[in-house]
Amino acid sequence: MSLATLLVLADGRLPAGGHAHSGGLEPQVSAGRVRDVGQVAEFLRGRLATSGLVAAAFAAAACDRPSRSLELDAGFDARTPSPAQRKASRAQGRALLRAARAMWSLPPVGREPHQPVALGVVASAAGLSPTEAAVAAAHGTVSGAASAAVRLLGLDPYAVHGLLARLAPDCDRIAAGAAARAGDPVDDLPAAGAPLLDIGAELHATWEVRLFAS
Amino acid sequence: MRASSRVVAESDRSRGTRLAVLRSESPLLLRRTGAAPAGGGPVTVHLVGGGAGPLRGDELRLEIEVGPGASLELRSVAAQLALPGRGHLPRSRLHVSATVAAGGSLRWLPEPLIAAAGCDHLAVTRVEVADGGSLLWRDDLVCGRHGEDSGDVRVDTTIRYAGSTLYRHELSVGPSAPGWSGAAVLGGGRASGTVVAVPAALLPAATSGPGDFAVMPLAGPGALATAVGGDIRSVHAALNPLCEPAATLEPATG
Repeated sequence: MSLATLLVLADGRLPAGGHAHSGGLEPQVSAGRVRDVGQVAEFLRGRLATSGLVAAAFAAAACDRPSRSLELDAGFDARTPSPAQRKASRAQGRALLRAARAMWSLPPVGREPHQPVALGVVASAAGLSPTEAAVAAAHGTVSGAASAAVRLLGLDPYAVHGLLARLAPDCDRIAAGAAARAGDPVDDLPAAGAPLLDIGAELHATWEVRLFAS
Repeated sequence: MRASSRVVAESDRSRGTRLAVLRSESPLLLRRTGAAPAGGGPVTVHLVGGGAGPLRGDELRLEIEVGPGASLELRSVAAQLALPGRGHLPRSRLHVSATVAAGGSLRWLPEPLIAAAGCDHLAVTRVEVADGGSLLWRDDLVCGRHGEDSGDVRVDTTIRYAGSTLYRHELSVGPSAPGWSGAAVLGGGRASGTVVAVPAALLPAATSGPGDFAVMPLAGPGALATAVGGDIRSVHAALNPLCEPAATLEPATG
């Protein structure tokens, strides 16, 4: 384990395309559901407990056994009913693999795996543990949306980063749980869904003009 | 309370579908309703609540089996109201398992589940559809009675088709579910509903809106319609038209 390696992988400046995605926030801002820091906090809490939990579980499982990546990829498909979200996740998985190939030696993995599966495989190649892969996944599901909130709503970046700090213990707890279940059958892994993220992603994909890709 | 009910629909060459098994334990009472379908339409069975609840401590099981060429529609006469019951008991559970054979058709169209304040309920659904079977699976959820806070409900659904998992979804609402009323999950909505269809052609083409509603093609050979609303009426308005009685399910005969 290397803490510095984990920081490299989880760094928001990693050129893996994450900055282009709002984590489903943009359509909810447009719908008027998210206007202030308190509403961003509730959005992030819900996103972490659903998408974050699932991403952490799949990253931990892929890190634990990269050879299961195809099976995990199909399991992530079954948990992602929105075609727009599937497309966004695969685009981010592909971008992550591209960046990671310049950093570590990766085992065979599909060309365009879902982002959490790619993250787990990359973490394994970097010598990280399933817990570390999971914490990077959980943190990533909220940090991208938080930075999008600052840009979309012009919120105080200090206040928004305060939200991330308060969610850090939840990220740790989710990651520990994900690592403990990393070897479970794919159907038994978490499947927490978020209906408004699904619906919003589909609506967002029809917009002609938008700030974020998803 | 423990209860286990079971219905088995089989194809009958002369009369379309017949119910080979219809076994009920209170509070999951199953009643055949309507006349015998002419021309091979679905047999309709209603779930009739035989008691209050589910309440904490209840362990309810419903098994549904649809054989090759058989056609079954399951409905309920009233909403299911999850209630608190006595606090020291484990959470209430309803486990619904269904199998649909090749050429079989199942339509599951119950009234909503209502999460009364203080309830703690787990609804587990496991559906296995064989290659060539067809399925329409509806689940609606209302978070609290009128003007009431929501209790804790987790709806845990797995739908498999031709040996692969097609749809795997959990929805948690209530005070134990972080951020459930935030803009990622239900926002200000207090009702949600889903319809999973196999094959995908049982639902309209992909669409989004009006309101918080979308029809989405799944990665596998199925589709999902999902709706979120301030109350159950807007969910009904979005999803009921997709669940009309469906001659469309039956291939033309003759």
